Amino acid sequence: MNLHEYQSKEILRKSGTHVPEGIVALNVDEAVNAAKTIMEKTGTDTVAIKAQVHAGGRGKGGGVKIAKSIEDVKKFAEEILGMTLITPQTGPHGKLVRKVLIEEGIYQPGPSEIKELYVSILLNRTIGRYMVVYSRQGGMDIETIASETPNLIFKEEIHPVGLQAYQARKIAFNLGLSGKAFSQMVKFMMSLYDAFIKNDLAQLEINPVVKTANDDIFAADAKCIIDDNALCRHPDLVELRDIYEEAPAEVEAGENNLNFVKLDGNVGCMVNGAGLAMATMDIIKLSGGDPANFLDVGGSANAKSVAAGFRIILEDPNVKAILINIFGGIVRCDRVATGIVDAYNEIGNIPVPVIIRLQGTNAMEGKKIIDESGLKVYTAVTLEEAAALVRKIVD
Amino acid sequence: MSVLVNKNSRVIVQGFTGSEGTFHASQMIEYGTNVVGGVTPGKGGQTHLNLPVFNTVLDAVEATGADVSVIFVPPVYAADGIIEAAAAGIKLVACISEGIPVADMVRVKHILSDHPETRLIGPNCPGVITPGEAKVGIMPGFIHKKGHVGVISRSGTLSYETVDQLTKLGLGQSTCIGIGGDQIIGTPTVEAVKLLMNDPDTHGIIIIGEIGGSMETDAARWIKEYGTKPVVGFIAGQTAPKGRRMGHAGAIIGGSADTAAAKMKIMRECGLTVVESLADIGKAMYDLLN
Repeated sequence: MNLHEYQSKEILRKSGTHVPEGIVALNVDEAVNAAKTIMEKTGTDTVAIKAQVHAGGRGKGGGVKIAKSIEDVKKFAEEILGMTLITPQTGPHGKLVRKVLIEEGIYQPGPSEIKELYVSILLNRTIGRYMVVYSRQGGMDIETIASETPNLIFKEEIHPVGLQAYQARKIAFNLGLSGKAFSQMVKFMMSLYDAFIKNDLAQLEINPVVKTANDDIFAADAKCIIDDNALCRHPDLVELRDIYEEAPAEVEAGENNLNFVKLDGNVGCMVNGAGLAMATMDIIKLSGGDPANFLDVGGSANAKSVAAGFRIILEDPNVKAILINIFGGIVRCDRVATGIVDAYNEIGNIPVPVIIRLQGTNAMEGKKIIDESGLKVYTAVTLEEAAALVRKIVD
Repeated sequence: MSVLVNKNSRVIVQGFTGSEGTFHASQMIEYGTNVVGGVTPGKGGQTHLNLPVFNTVLDAVEATGADVSVIFVPPVYAADGIIEAAAAGIKLVACISEGIPVADMVRVKHILSDHPETRLIGPNCPGVITPGEAKVGIMPGFIHKKGHVGVISRSGTLSYETVDQLTKLGLGQSTCIGIGGDQIIGTPTVEAVKLLMNDPDTHGIIIIGEIGGSMETDAARWIKEYGTKPVVGFIAGQTAPKGRRMGHAGAIIGGSADTAAAKMKIMRECGLTVVESLADIGKAMYDLLN
């Protein structure tokens, strides 16, 4: 589960990570009041106004502004709230901005040079341990740095008992810090790891970590992703979910216990099993179509889940055909077939050709049920037959 | 011969009296698997499916001589179940449960390094089957046939599809290993490949992989160096977008190296026969063996 920047920073603050003073605002009045509070509390006259959407690259799309007066705050908050923010990560349609974070400006001039660094914690799946990935090159896209100058990226493997103090020191040294900034960075790293473990995070990225002109260390941005499988032991974190940031079709699918990912193609698919669903998408492509979605109906494909699947797929006007691919193992194909017929009748008219491929337990009985139902659908038993039908319909 | 499980395996079921455990234990027994009992904490002393129930895995091992355990407990308790099995000296633990938190698996992996005699298969997998001898998991037994093709898969339904194609072409299977769809699993592809390469009864191997991670390419590089049998490879998710999780926790493209295209290229370079369409996977093995 993805979190907003302001939520991520709240989590970090609780573990003692140094984050700028900030208040989230839903409208211009709240933004102005937040700015006044922060200016009073910190003595600064500069605040950042940052669009809160689940996407990176917000600055590039005009979603982050620096205000040096309350008038500026009002002006920028009016601009950003309600805008459709388009960044390299939002796709061409962009995202509607519903909230802004008003935050203390930390890029103030001072005695030493300001530096932007990069720190993240994530799983190294090859070794089955977490690792810290860090770089002196912060504030940029880490994947660009990784591909162009991999020598500028450091990695530190974390033993399952926890991040050790010497490792935090090593990281701070490698980041080129000394004096006060060094000791702040050591504490910063230990607190980040604490937040990561306490909250069952799947990924934590601070880009940039800022060393200010006064040698303070701050998480200037923060992106936390919570391990979905661990949410059951964090009821407080479940409440941080923002469904406005998710694709509506994916939210609807989730409510029906379907695993759905929207894609851009023209052939929808409904499959039991995640691996078979991916392989079915690939077969659609190899047959001349483009997959419109990933959809795993799970082990118990029944009338209710199949009907929900049909509805969600058909919300996309680009869908020209639907391929249902079921391998009956424990689930019997005749029961799935009955479910499909019921779902079909419940929805009424399905305006695109449907190909139904049933294989495995009671496959022939299932095919018979479909064939005798009078539904205007194509049936197949082998994958090859299904692929040929896709090819015929797409052509 | 076969690997991991056979007719002499003495199998216990953790989560025995729950609905999943009950259903699949019955199916396993019906298949002919030597199930010797089960574990449900607090229900020790009872009898379930005509078999003894124990409070702990250790009690079950001491009473029955069990050497294999299959786990059907809810995901937040499954890590503890795996560790308990290892601590009790179980040799093969097949964890079916899906949805174990990653942090729990980091802990499991670390603790299992203290138990080199225990092998974990899964989690988030269909289990292991040696056709005609033992079914330790949730796969439909009847599609399998005894024979000489070893199957390794990150996905349940993909392995069923593959096995079904093989059986219909007259090719039986030595052992089918569902290694699991999570990011951290007990037996990565290369370990499963080594087992099957060393099994004289396995004449060919099928590797069914997915996007995400580097397990398939690690295995391909090992095969290039040490392989002695024909290997067919397949990677699901050629059309999957970057950065989206495709059902399985481990099926997510992180960088350019873990796409299907990148993996298939390396597998080909290492001498594997790679198929692009799942529809061709059984036929590819048939052609290699004939």
